[in-house]
Amino acid sequence: MIYIILFLEFAKAGLFCVGGGYASMPLIQAVVVDQYHWLSLREFIDIFTISQMTPGPIGVNAATFAGNKIAGILGAVSATAGFVFPSFILGILLAMLFYKYGDIGPIRGILNGLRPAVVALIIGAGFSFILLALWNSEAMPSDWAAVDLRGGIILLLAIIAIRKKQGVIPVLLGSGILGLVIGILQQY
Amino acid sequence: MDSQTNSARGNHFYRALFISTFVISAFTVGGGFVIIPLLKAKYVDEYGWIKDKEALDLVAIAQSMPGVVAANASILLGYRMAGVLGAAIALLATILPPLITLTAISFAYEAFASNPYIQMILKGMQCGATALIVNVAIDLLSKQIKKGLLLPLMIIAGTFTANFFFDVNIMLLVLIDGLIGLFFMRSHKFD
Repeated sequence: MIYIILFLEFAKAGLFCVGGGYASMPLIQAVVVDQYHWLSLREFIDIFTISQMTPGPIGVNAATFAGNKIAGILGAVSATAGFVFPSFILGILLAMLFYKYGDIGPIRGILNGLRPAVVALIIGAGFSFILLALWNSEAMPSDWAAVDLRGGIILLLAIIAIRKKQGVIPVLLGSGILGLVIGILQQY
Repeated sequence: MDSQTNSARGNHFYRALFISTFVISAFTVGGGFVIIPLLKAKYVDEYGWIKDKEALDLVAIAQSMPGVVAANASILLGYRMAGVLGAAIALLATILPPLITLTAISFAYEAFASNPYIQMILKGMQCGATALIVNVAIDLLSKQIKKGLLLPLMIIAGTFTANFFFDVNIMLLVLIDGLIGLFFMRSHKFD
């Protein structure tokens, strides 16, 4: 049964993909492109592009896209479910262990060291996103003066909205609408 | 630890958990570490379902275990807020939006990628997400600065520099910071 194969193969990729995000791509590529030839390399690279502009983690997107291609919507569901299944079991086990043993000296030490690391990673994500919003590139812009004005306006208004205690979802939706309105205005 | 999971929750809670997670996942472009500050803004700052420090601990575990960080984080946070059912609901709400979107797009990829209006909306939402992430980052950083402990601030500066400017592998950074914590940060003052 193709659904079971999809589930198991993607469960394997999910279990062994450590580091998240792009780190998971070689594993998925090994299964989807090299081993089973479900997707061509070109289609696989397209998933990268799509993931840049659609919601969702790249691993989940790849599982969905490949599953659809191979066995339709049920294939997408099987592959995606397989991909996150190991995380689900492992996550609940780790959470249980955390609440049982999280206050033991060495574990507490490790977590105390990791908490600032998470703060640093969130700050890093913030900087990457500022570059993307203002200069449309995640790398350092070559011309700092070439600011995307539309991005700047929306970013500023969104920050004001958050400071005025607007919720997460209104800010996201409002920014999307603003992007459309300013974009259309710019065309004239 | 003070309490186990808050497993006894009403239907109202599960609905709110599903809807808020679903919408955040649906409108957060970029994946990975981008969704985490937004989940934190919603669960911690807006609803007060979970405490700041606990959320960071769970995200640290999510980052260190295999799998996709966004899915891992929703499983761990969901479990903390409402047990196994909470984990299942949060995970489902995290992966359903990409599943639906990608399924739809796989039929009409070219049309989607080249539609200028869709690009405008996505650009706008990406700026909105930037504002939210920056807000969470400032909030977390100022809390660490207020505590005035040197070691965590050095970890933040070092990890940020290595990650952002030198593209050092995140797993390696997590390993190093975990070891620093193991050897030097067992004291309760770092809690």
